[in-house]
Amino acid sequence: MQSLSEIDTTSKRASKAAGFSWGIAEEIGKAIRNLELFGLPGIINLNLYLKKIKKKHPEKLKKIEKENKNKELCPIYCGVAFLDQCKHLETLRTIKFYNINYPMLILPFVSKASEILGKKILIQYNKSSFLVNFNKSILSKNIETQIVTLANEISIVFLENKNSFSDQEWKEIYKLSEETFVEESESLKTKGAGAGLTDND
Amino acid sequence: MSDLNIKFRDPSEVMKLSRLGSFHQSKLSFLRSFIREFKDWDYKRDLFDLDKNGYGTAVYSFSKNERNYSLVCFAQHINSEERSDRVIATKWDAAFVLHDGIPTKEDIRRLRDNVPKQEVGRVSYKELTLSRANKSVRAFDHVVEYLSLGKQPDKNLLNKVGYLYRTTAVYGSGKFGLADRFRIKDRKEIYGPFRLEMMLVYLVRQFTFDQVNHIAKFKNPTKAVELDIDIARNLGIGNSTGLGMAPFIVNHPTLLHNWIFCREKALKEIRSIEKVNVNDLNIFKDCLIKSKVSINTWLTDSDYQNHKINSLKVDLTKFDQYLEKECSVKKKYLWNSIYIWSAKNLKDECLEYIVSMMMEPYDKIIDPLINNMSSEEDEYFTIPADKKVSDLKIILENNYKSIIKIDFSKKDSTFNFWFISKNKEEPRVANRYEEHGAELEQPLAIARDIKKLYEKIIKTKQTSSIADFLLNNDDVRHVVRRAFIVDQFPYSEIQDNTIGASLVPIDMLRLKLSFFGAVKFDPRSDKWLRINMYQGAPLSHEMKNFNDTWVYNVIN
Repeated sequence: MQSLSEIDTTSKRASKAAGFSWGIAEEIGKAIRNLELFGLPGIINLNLYLKKIKKKHPEKLKKIEKENKNKELCPIYCGVAFLDQCKHLETLRTIKFYNINYPMLILPFVSKASEILGKKILIQYNKSSFLVNFNKSILSKNIETQIVTLANEISIVFLENKNSFSDQEWKEIYKLSEETFVEESESLKTKGAGAGLTDND
Repeated sequence: MSDLNIKFRDPSEVMKLSRLGSFHQSKLSFLRSFIREFKDWDYKRDLFDLDKNGYGTAVYSFSKNERNYSLVCFAQHINSEERSDRVIATKWDAAFVLHDGIPTKEDIRRLRDNVPKQEVGRVSYKELTLSRANKSVRAFDHVVEYLSLGKQPDKNLLNKVGYLYRTTAVYGSGKFGLADRFRIKDRKEIYGPFRLEMMLVYLVRQFTFDQVNHIAKFKNPTKAVELDIDIARNLGIGNSTGLGMAPFIVNHPTLLHNWIFCREKALKEIRSIEKVNVNDLNIFKDCLIKSKVSINTWLTDSDYQNHKINSLKVDLTKFDQYLEKECSVKKKYLWNSIYIWSAKNLKDECLEYIVSMMMEPYDKIIDPLINNMSSEEDEYFTIPADKKVSDLKIILENNYKSIIKIDFSKKDSTFNFWFISKNKEEPRVANRYEEHGAELEQPLAIARDIKKLYEKIIKTKQTSSIADFLLNNDDVRHVVRRAFIVDQFPYSEIQDNTIGASLVPIDMLRLKLSFFGAVKFDPRSDKWLRINMYQGAPLSHEMKNFNDTWVYNVIN
């Protein structure tokens, strides 16, 4: 099998050969490496996308807004711009891209943004959804096919940090954890912490 | 510790290529720190299945507690016309792989099918480093011949060569299917950089001794003797190194910083010692005396290198006089005085030699630095795109002062270009104006691209965010990333033009090789050189009781 280092280097070089700048190609190398690390089909999608754009390089984004429409959007340019602007975009709560090619390729950039912001981010297109967790993992749901050539609509939602459990569930588990504590007698109260009897010194 | 407030040396001074190309091995060097780290490990020869000509398979290992690293060696016959140190070679006298753990018979079969093929073979995540080597036929045949006759080989001849085998590449970190660094990086014993590459070379050295003894024994079973261990100890492993190493130091800026920073931190701390202990001064003097004998064995046909060696010898004579007349432990901050005198009176070659030597007495300063010489590079990859263009402008003006003054409209400033050869996937450098291929230039023209970035940002609205700037300027994205790295890691950037007409690529190689701990730099052109590693190092069975200054052992 190929090492992640080989995946990174080869993706970078191939992306440069397909017309991206070296700086963007470096981002792609790391992105594809991460997709493969998370068990998602990075190389398959990149290979197909680079073939598609070899003859006609995609347009660059001028700016990312709440809703981004074009005849065809490049997942790489959208992903890199999203990453660069994530602190600003977070305030918009939900970002939408329409007609984005090979949407799988935007995931690693959003995943990195999740790490930078310290927030989980939900990505949905077609019937699939992906929850990116601080660039530590990507949870996916309803992936019907490894390759989606075009997503008519992608929504990216910044999720507020909140518990995945109720107060009641927390109370219950906390109560159980208390069973590892020792009830303090008067003697333990005075001696256990090692403090003196008075702090008036 | 000090009321002198010694400062770090300025990166604009230290990171010049001419200075970096004058670095020498030191106590920080990776092959020396490898021996210190693995001295308590159990060394074993697990398999030695060679025929009468020395061809076959051998396995050597280091183990401690539950951990085991095994070097698997494959030696084969090759015709003399097939033997080449160039990367165009496809066959080698021996090929090696460092396996993680104890290899099974199936592993050895798999490796036998792949390791001798090197770049066109495939190894797995269970393997850590990969290499190949050719015999120095002159030395190898001579040693076998003499041992088989019951005699020890001619020391003069061995001194001239310095090794029995010469490696031509040592690969690691995911190449050709090898384990990615992330799989093993948390192992304490390999915190120091290139530790597994150093292990491979060290064990290869032992294989070369065992192989000559084995062949000599078969050649003349009744008369043959084994290679004298003092002679063996004075043999290292040669290495031929080409341009492959040069881009490495550009492509790994935080790693480069950490190497240089540790060297600079050591120097700063040593210069800050107020009262120098007489024993410590004696260690310094002792290493200096011994090392000067070694310098006489640095033989090369290269005018460039001979000039450097002669300059070193002349300056060392000057330094001796100074040391004799003006240096006493009664003087406060003696090391600082020595450094200041050296910086004023010696050329780069000798100055950096003295800096390396000053580290010798100070285990307490050096040892804690060793584990800081690796880098988690990915942590610094992301561009802080919420910063302002004005921030970037300040960074460029502070960290690339001399670079942004270079006039890149002059042909000499853009004379070279770096590319990857299609045949061997190896870096090369060529004349931009005479050769084809410049349109496929690698992103190693950092100085030129930094200047281009600077010219763009001074015309950009200073309050714009970097994110907005990058939307329209992705052609300079790679150097924007570097600039933000250099802001945190001041020794991460070579402060020279790596595509200029005056570029001496072997300076870049020497920098890296000095950190490896190589000696006897022998440039064969301005683009490749031979070196020696582990000459004088303790043999495998001597590792538990060794003297860390082995590198200065007299070669006689």
